[in-house]
Amino acid sequence: MNYLLRRLATFPLVLLGVSILVFVAIRMVPGDSITAMLGTEAGLLTPAQRDALAAYFGIDQPWFVQYWRWIGGILHGNFGISVTYGRPVLDVILERFPLTLELAILSMIIALAVGLPAGIYAATHSEKPSDLGVRIVAMIGQSTPSFVLGLLIIYTLSAGFGVLPAMGEFAPLWQDPLRNLSQLILPAITLGFAFAASVTRIARSAMLDVLSDDYVRTARSKGASARSVIWRHALPNALIPVVTLGGIEFGYLLGGAVIVEQIYALPGLGRMVLDAILQRDYALVQGAVLFIAFNFMIVNLLVDLAYVALDPRIRLGEQ
Amino acid sequence: MVHLTSRLLSGITFAAMLGVEAVSTQASAATLHMAWSQDATGLDPHKQTAFSSLRLLELIYEPLVRVDASLQIVPAIATSWEFSKDGKELTFKLDPKAKFQDGAAVTSADVKASFERILDEKTSAAARANFLSIASIDTPDAGTVVFHLSQPDVPILTAMSDVNAAIVPAAEVKAGSIGTKAVGSGPFKLDKWDPNAKEVLSANKDWAGGPTGVDSIEISVLPDEAAILAAMRTKQIDFALLNDPLVATLVPKEASLQLNRVPVLAYHVLQLNPSRKPMTELKVRQAISCAIDRQDVLDTASLGEGKVTGPLTIPALATDPSELFCYKRDVEKAKKLMAEAGFADGFSATVIGATGEPPTAAAEAQVIQSQLAEIGVKLDIKMMELNVYVDAWLKGNFDMAVALNGGRADPYTMYNRYWTKAGNLQKVANYIDDTLDSLMQKGRAETDPAKRKAIFAEFEKHLAEMSPWIWLYTSYSYTAQQKNIAGFVPTPTGTLFSLSKVTIQ
Repeated sequence: MNYLLRRLATFPLVLLGVSILVFVAIRMVPGDSITAMLGTEAGLLTPAQRDALAAYFGIDQPWFVQYWRWIGGILHGNFGISVTYGRPVLDVILERFPLTLELAILSMIIALAVGLPAGIYAATHSEKPSDLGVRIVAMIGQSTPSFVLGLLIIYTLSAGFGVLPAMGEFAPLWQDPLRNLSQLILPAITLGFAFAASVTRIARSAMLDVLSDDYVRTARSKGASARSVIWRHALPNALIPVVTLGGIEFGYLLGGAVIVEQIYALPGLGRMVLDAILQRDYALVQGAVLFIAFNFMIVNLLVDLAYVALDPRIRLGEQ
Repeated sequence: MVHLTSRLLSGITFAAMLGVEAVSTQASAATLHMAWSQDATGLDPHKQTAFSSLRLLELIYEPLVRVDASLQIVPAIATSWEFSKDGKELTFKLDPKAKFQDGAAVTSADVKASFERILDEKTSAAARANFLSIASIDTPDAGTVVFHLSQPDVPILTAMSDVNAAIVPAAEVKAGSIGTKAVGSGPFKLDKWDPNAKEVLSANKDWAGGPTGVDSIEISVLPDEAAILAAMRTKQIDFALLNDPLVATLVPKEASLQLNRVPVLAYHVLQLNPSRKPMTELKVRQAISCAIDRQDVLDTASLGEGKVTGPLTIPALATDPSELFCYKRDVEKAKKLMAEAGFADGFSATVIGATGEPPTAAAEAQVIQSQLAEIGVKLDIKMMELNVYVDAWLKGNFDMAVALNGGRADPYTMYNRYWTKAGNLQKVANYIDDTLDSLMQKGRAETDPAKRKAIFAEFEKHLAEMSPWIWLYTSYSYTAQQKNIAGFVPTPTGTLFSLSKVTIQ
């Protein structure tokens, strides 16, 4: 409990650091909201016109004033207004987040459902042809970029079978679960495939490690069945690296899967952040990055707590 | 492994079944389902310059006049117009049937308020630069508007055909709600806009242009053009805008789809910076022009989709490119010019380009790099994110730049920004030339079409010879459609206005 409180206490500090980083980084990049809106036509503006636009976008003040206003707003729960959407930043983010969360969970399920059994199977059949087969597929899965797999799936379905889930208009889960699932299953497979491959490889090597440990040998010599040795004795320990990998990957996915969202035209966080960066929607970029960082920290915390559950020997936060 | 594959396959089949179901419930006879990869960025017709924004706003707002597919001025809100003899007074008669989507009639007061808004510096209208000759606006009655100009300005009429000069309600100007609400007098009303995701438009029953061909248009933003093509194959999308020639050339391979392409006014160009050494030397610039095989750039970077062009891309005014300086590649001449300029051993320079904008930018830079290597010019290619590129471009901070620059239906409006001494983008072109400047001023004041043509032909010839930039080619604007969509007219300006009369059969 103590540990949990101490971890939570560091959150504001990390977020403060992140806020400064993102604030400065987005402003270091040449170009601003004005060139983002007008492109090369921005050159036709007179200085007075430019000033008027800068005031509109809120970029007429010095950096520290802008930062101070932004942070002050956040402390009052106000993340600012997105100039692209003309709405509060937090509203826009929270509208996009359910899709991103759902996609992350779905691809996580696919990855674990495929990757774990495959990894365990490979480990228990180590150096046999079937192990080699699993490893080759995993290697292919890990090295196939998601845009290749995504476009391949779309092309095969539309050109080969003349079908494709409805694109462009996304149905939220609670409005139309069936349609929602039809729109998310392909992106989830695209993401889950590479993820499953990593899980397979990590699970396999962790399992191999554990299987050669003393306590597993002891269990075997005491006459435990092969099944019980694997599932009861070895698996919980082999899961620790898988949880680490899964946690990191899940954290990433909560930041949005830009490429997959682009290909399947999903209105998730990733595309939103990308568009916001391209359109120099500062408030939205800043708010979204903070939000993503916060999620990442929560996931990390959950991963640490999962270690304790999996291995009672681990005691968090104690020297 | 077998297990894994079958799992994947069953997942796909499942999704496919659902997909079919989802599509069939969506189809509606009078709704045009449209897609594009880049969404509009805002709703203020006077401020927006992004291609998608203009295309969207043209369906909602109307200017006084329009240009048709052959770039002739045709009526929009104004039914007729006339220049006074001295070219300093321009009178419009408005269509008495024209109505805004809130039911109010479009009057001369709205026209006056719209142009005053554009001219007000606080509005930050980029098109303001085209209307600086407006000295005052008179409204003798509700249906007549008279523009008094400070100098003869023929191109102003073409500039008025742009949606950046759209007529907005005077009441909305006063309320300051332009850009948050879209109230135009055009064929469609905007019902919903979810940025970077979707637009829903419905027919404006009161449109002075008569009934529209479809009841509504739904525009989806599908960022990947290969996915747009896939969605068209499965009939989810009826009509789409395409940018990438690689995707566009695949459309005709689909039996149910039709590709519309039309040469556009925008041009692909290699901009030299004549304020930087050694591009300060005329002979060096000319050598670069002679060393570049424009057709090869077009063929390699853009699959031959387009045609080689000189500075003027307007069909009625353009000179045959083969008559322009060094449009036939001549490496020997190029080497000789380099030697005469004292650069027999060549030089090194950096060329900048924007990633994906246009999609052919990187390929163009690479072809040019290899062609210029033959005369000893070593090019370093620097690709940048669009905004970073625009920033460098506007500051004139480059040796060379591959660019896709927008065209206009009038050469003065298109080029005064670069090639007149007072041009707003003179700093980008970095090249001052008395001949170009005086030809521009002459062309601006000349009302006789034949004389105008001669003036701009001379302008074009001189510009190509001075080679501050190396004009390469114009590409096509692409739209793809299902074959049961009828009535779309592609135009060199890229406008989608004819969607107002499109029908689904």
